[in-house]
Amino acid sequence: MPARSKAIIINERDNVATAIVPLKAGSWVNLATQGRQEKIKILSNIPMGHKFALRDIGSGEDVIKYGEPIGKTTAPIARGEHVHVHNVVSHRGRKEGA
Amino acid sequence: MEFQGYRRPNGKVGVRNYVLVIPSVICSLGAAEAIARNLKGATYLPNVYGCAQAGADREQTKRTIAGIGSNPNVFAVLIVGNGCENLQAKELAEAIAPSGKRVEVIEIQEVGGTKKTIARGKKIVKEMLAEATIIQREPIPVSELILGTECGGSDFTSGLASNPALGAASDLLVEAGGTVILSETPELIGAEHLLAKRARTPEIGQQVFDLVAWWEKEAIATGQDIRGTNPAPGNIAGGITTLEEKSLGCIYKGGTTILEEVVKYAFPPSKKGLVLMDTPGHDVDSVTGMIAGGAQISIFTTGRGTPTGSVIAPVIKITGNAETYKKMKDNIDIDVSGILKGKETVKEAGRRIFEEMLAVASGKLTKAEKLGQRDFCIFKIGVNF
Repeated sequence: MPARSKAIIINERDNVATAIVPLKAGSWVNLATQGRQEKIKILSNIPMGHKFALRDIGSGEDVIKYGEPIGKTTAPIARGEHVHVHNVVSHRGRKEGA
Repeated sequence: MEFQGYRRPNGKVGVRNYVLVIPSVICSLGAAEAIARNLKGATYLPNVYGCAQAGADREQTKRTIAGIGSNPNVFAVLIVGNGCENLQAKELAEAIAPSGKRVEVIEIQEVGGTKKTIARGKKIVKEMLAEATIIQREPIPVSELILGTECGGSDFTSGLASNPALGAASDLLVEAGGTVILSETPELIGAEHLLAKRARTPEIGQQVFDLVAWWEKEAIATGQDIRGTNPAPGNIAGGITTLEEKSLGCIYKGGTTILEEVVKYAFPPSKKGLVLMDTPGHDVDSVTGMIAGGAQISIFTTGRGTPTGSVIAPVIKITGNAETYKKMKDNIDIDVSGILKGKETVKEAGRRIFEEMLAVASGKLTKAEKLGQRDFCIFKIGVNF
């Protein structure tokens, strides 16, 4: 991972990145992972440690972090938008349809 | 590679040399505490169980308490019973006896009241302490170490820094011939396929899937769902969205080696290398289970911060969150926040953790030990009757 980056992409398959400093809506973030260069406009205020989308993710699609699905979206999420409990739900340990 | 430890009569090796007073039931907890009080080198087990228990739940309580008594960090044991309890003091003594250490039993009803019990107990413990001081540390191969890994109060730094760094240390210990226990089965949910893939045999891999399926079913059967408790509010505030995300970060702490065995709660591993113990996500239940299973030392990663320690074993705490380290310096032993700042690699941090583990195994006190944080509780699997 590059030093001084404001956010981290853990696996090249990921569609989210993790902010390692608080990010303000409207700011730009440079990201690099395994040769991939990204410049992303942040659309929401992202607290430290929280995630934002690397690309537009449709409603009901998988959110990928660590190269693995960590849940699915409950609403469309735009590139640069905050990804958290308000728009993602777990696949696991829950009743059908819950 | 060696550390300085205590070789026991049964060949096992301790990293501490406690005389342990065990109340077999909550009724004798007060007396046990009074016996150990002000006696340097003695400690007591804060056991609140031991009565009105049946079946598998009683069995698990007995196995856990006997496992703590048998742990090589304990030089000798005094069991204090009340007399009429469901889990009899003599029964516990018989379960600890195969470890070869001195085990004595006194009962409040038989001795005749708390005051006499405390006086008699103190006399026995003083004798044991005199014997304990004769034992010296000696050079021991690192392969004798059983490390219990744990994480709690996780945040985004756990999966990015502290767990991968602990994983690197776990790999070093396995490489040196030692044993690493990975725990907290509910926190494998969503990551179980990655661990199962590393199993020594397909049967062991299937055991991983079966355990996780059981926990998931249990969670659903409560009529709730697991999301109500896991991730916890602090996890969510720290940026963890789902249990799967937490799990994927969690399993890093076991390193990258082959999974050799799966054991039930508080059972000793029969293999060296990486072992999974089926414990709940409750931190102290989990750490207690691993120590009852023979772990002499635990390493605990945290994002939000935690004070956890253990009655008879050092618990080294690590964080990858610089803020948390600054705020909770009296609780946390190692800061690996340099990983996120690009100042230290995961491998370098892992080496630093491994070296600290050897220093602590050789006698260096952890922050939790200095604070007197003496946690103990048992994973209960039944109601009290």
